[in-house]
Amino acid sequence: MANRWKNTLTYRDVTDEATFMNRRQLLAAASGLALGSIAGTAQAEDLEANSWEDITSYNNYYEFGTSKSDPAKYAHTLVTSPWTVKIDGLVDNPGDYAFDDIMSKMTVEERIYRFRCVEAWSMVVPWNGFELADLLNHAGVQSGAKYVAFETALRPDEMPGVRYPVLDWPYVEGLRLDEAMHPLTMMATGIYGKDIPNQNGAPLRLVVPWKYGFKSIKSIVRVTLTDTQPPTSWNKSNGREYGFYSNVNPEVDHPRWSQATERPLGGGLFASRQPTLMFNGYEEEVSNLYAGMDLRANY
Amino acid sequence: MKIVIDQMNRIMRWIPSWSIYVTGLSYAAWLIWLGVSNQLGADPVEALEHALGEVGLYLLIAGLAVTPLRKVLGLNLMKFRRALGLTCFFFIVLHLLVWAILDVQELGRVVADLTKRPYIMVGMAAFLLMMPLAITSNNASVRRLGANWRSLHKLVYPAALLGGAHYLMLVKGIQLKPIFLMLVIATLIGLRFVPLLVARSSKV
Repeated sequence: MANRWKNTLTYRDVTDEATFMNRRQLLAAASGLALGSIAGTAQAEDLEANSWEDITSYNNYYEFGTSKSDPAKYAHTLVTSPWTVKIDGLVDNPGDYAFDDIMSKMTVEERIYRFRCVEAWSMVVPWNGFELADLLNHAGVQSGAKYVAFETALRPDEMPGVRYPVLDWPYVEGLRLDEAMHPLTMMATGIYGKDIPNQNGAPLRLVVPWKYGFKSIKSIVRVTLTDTQPPTSWNKSNGREYGFYSNVNPEVDHPRWSQATERPLGGGLFASRQPTLMFNGYEEEVSNLYAGMDLRANY
Repeated sequence: MKIVIDQMNRIMRWIPSWSIYVTGLSYAAWLIWLGVSNQLGADPVEALEHALGEVGLYLLIAGLAVTPLRKVLGLNLMKFRRALGLTCFFFIVLHLLVWAILDVQELGRVVADLTKRPYIMVGMAAFLLMMPLAITSNNASVRRLGANWRSLHKLVYPAALLGGAHYLMLVKGIQLKPIFLMLVIATLIGLRFVPLLVARSSKV
């Protein structure tokens, strides 16, 4: 089941970590001179992966604090080895799966994906990981299963942020089964070929590139197959702003801000906004999942 | 306690009020330089925008604290108040410019935000309320407006409440800092209406 999707962004897009910054800054400076709107241009050549530094220093992981720099500062306390993932619910082989056992059975590949945060910034990340479908098939999905629920570790001793009721801990997320089985959906265990750092969701996290970043739940300890739609953290916190689907959609605004454009990070202070793509640029691959659905109602 | 306050009041006499302007301008210049030279992390636009807004809010709170500090503790920072207010306004102007030019980037989108997004509207309302205060923060205006000057400058209360609300409305989830700042602002304004303090102030 692995290797079902081939990168449209290849390793050539991953510029040398040291030099790419300058290139992006040059690009940004050039377009910054025109002050904004050269909308729609240079989509392809703009897509270079962000630096390791950007990807690992600017994170939303509220278990370690609400500031973007908090996770990089505090997540080192999270103990990620040993790690077990409980897989339960409507599966043939429920149980506690050791992370190392999972890895011995999965095929790790590299996927360079766009990453679009609901806050309207974006990055390009070269993930390493395996298809979620492979793990689910390994556990044996039963015929009645319709959804997959995910849960992040909740460890007050290791996570300073959970002292505050920013969200109803633990963080939980969910996907429809067909979304979970889609070849684009992956469990990431690395970035740039290195083990994924704690602030990015070590030792394994979900990556669903056509949905807003908060759907890609970090440091997963539990995966449950269910027949009913599972609750999701941001939806519980503010259902009007964050729906179950949360597909990237430039036509459906967040109630507090527009989702039509985004700020690609890595280009410095004068980087131009660029138009947000339907399904974050993966429309061809995933739009059939939502055929006939009102995406405004199912935001 | 009184000895400490008296000592502090003596020290304050030696500190010129222009030191507030110099410190504020230097800090703003430093922040902008960090942004331009790419030392504000992965998202320098957000970092600069938020830092400027936050300092603006702190200066607004500092300005609001002057009167209660004098009435409750006897600490006299009155001579710094205009400098605190004008420096605050300067930071908010920069905050607004970074938002419009570096963040939103396009006039059409700025207008759309101003008409559609409540937290933007609230922030802009706070800015508009501060504008007449900044314009009349000079001796000539104080003389010309007379008693009206004091009434006009009470606009700082709604401006501060709207500024605090702007921050509160912007964050995701339940976050302590904007809640705490809002409580500080409400307390500093509320102290103006405590009968004991009002009575004491009439004797001064």
